[in-house]
Amino acid sequence: MNTNNSTFWGILASAFSADTWAIVAPAILDTLYMTAITTVLTLVFGVLLGIVLVVTDKSGVHPMPVFNNVLGAVVNVLRSLPSMILIILTLPLSRMIIGISYGPQACIIALAVSCIPMFARLVESSILEVPKGKLEAAKAMGTTNAQIIFKVLLPESFPSLIRNFTVTVIAIISTTALAGTFGAGGLGDVAVRFGYTRFKTDILIAAVLVLVVLVELVQLAGDLASRYLVKKRFLV
Amino acid sequence: MAEENFIAIKGLKKTFRTKDGDIEVLRGIDLNIQKGDIFGLVGFSGAGKSTFIRCLNRMETPDAGTVRIGEHEIMSMEKKELNRYRQKIGMIFQHFNLFDSRTVFRNVAYPLEIAGCSRSLIRKRVPEILELVELGDKLNCYPGQLSGGQKQRVGIARALANNPDVLLSDEATSALDPQTTLSVLDLLKDINRRFGLTIVLITHELEVVRYLCHHVAVLENGRIAERGTVRDLFQNPKSDTAKLFIKINSSFNHTEQWFQEGEGI
Ligand SMILES: Nc1ncnc2c1ncn2[C@@H]1O[C@H](COP(=O)(O)OP(=O)(O)OP(=O)(O)O)[C@@H](O)[C@H]1O
Ligand SMILES: [Mg+2]
Repeated sequence: MNTNNSTFWGILASAFSADTWAIVAPAILDTLYMTAITTVLTLVFGVLLGIVLVVTDKSGVHPMPVFNNVLGAVVNVLRSLPSMILIILTLPLSRMIIGISYGPQACIIALAVSCIPMFARLVESSILEVPKGKLEAAKAMGTTNAQIIFKVLLPESFPSLIRNFTVTVIAIISTTALAGTFGAGGLGDVAVRFGYTRFKTDILIAAVLVLVVLVELVQLAGDLASRYLVKKRFLV
Repeated sequence: MAEENFIAIKGLKKTFRTKDGDIEVLRGIDLNIQKGDIFGLVGFSGAGKSTFIRCLNRMETPDAGTVRIGEHEIMSMEKKELNRYRQKIGMIFQHFNLFDSRTVFRNVAYPLEIAGCSRSLIRKRVPEILELVELGDKLNCYPGQLSGGQKQRVGIARALANNPDVLLSDEATSALDPQTTLSVLDLLKDINRRFGLTIVLITHELEVVRYLCHHVAVLENGRIAERGTVRDLFQNPKSDTAKLFIKINSSFNHTEQWFQEGEGI
């Protein structure tokens, strides 16, 4: 449908029409797919990397200053590159690893490389918020380093980790939309291909609406979860 | 094992090297503590009391000296061995340092988990020990729901859960009001009497020493300036620190009197 000459209300109505959703609906699935896989990868590797950053810090429980500095530098470099550049840079990497450099799968590597360092830093800062006294107490009771991580640092920082995870998932959704323009498909791709290139404002509106709803849902879930924990622990 | 000195500290030295120069905190401490004693170490702020007590479980590594607790030579232990023996050294803190993510039950269960105790043992031992500190009804509470005094009782329960050889206390009552302080001190007294547990406590409150301790030492300029029974210290203070402490303390008592007699003002 050509929306060039339509009225505002006409466009809005068309944004909810079956024709529009026939295009947008499959894109939602692509976006959800990319977001879900990237989220899982980011969660696993981000938490790992964050823990390694804390533990190997010179004031951490197992100091490895040189390793820590190198790792920190790599993380900083990855974080300082705009997501768009990272996506372009990692597409050849995708070709090497999974054989293709387009479509949702190819972009997941780019998305992960761009989001893991960010989440790792947030994990690091959450863990560093745990008061030193609790660490002292744990060590004085004979806790090993592994036990410190899993019995003290992670549980104690859990509400803060959830908040930072929420921020990260939202960043993943928006980076996913950006990746869309580089052949990943999904809502970002639809918004650009139809909304920008072909002036299909109705489709643009529909795609944006879905993105907004997705972000809102993630934020809501994150808020509920962290608030539940804080309340349960009577930390309010 | 000689009953005479259950804890033997010899030639303990510690210097902190900072950007602004070296801080010589402990300049050679020799100290023996008997089994079942409640031993107080007093000194002014910055005297190195915390540094000293942290050397006993090697939370701080001294530059020189040895610490023996029972047959255990703390300074020559491997990391693993040290961790295992730390399970037998209870420690309580000014700010309690409970785990907010755990209920009272699981806070007290923590040292048992670390020691690899079975679930059934934990389920039996934790309520027992919480009963002892009169918190039998708070099992499922979180630390966030407790008062300062209750938190310190949980801290004590946690420190006692694993039947420690010694209890270290770093200003455990300094964050509590006088009434709560008294009840916590009574608890420590009771535990010492019932189980013969050796307690080493550091404080800058002379009242705490007078109320609770059997023996006391004064830390001054990185050395033990004097050592003896609590009665000795109060009747015949020798070190400048002790004299000053007692002077300040008695002037507070005068203030109390002044308040009590104060209707006429
Ligand atoms: N990790 C450290 N690095 C550098 N200096 C330190 C360190 N820990 C303690 N100090 C210094 O050592 C001195 C003794 O500190 P310590 O905490 O043992 O005193 P304290 O007697 O416990 O005092 P307070 O009664 O105030 O707790 C202080 O001057 C302190 O600044
Ligand atoms: Mg101190």
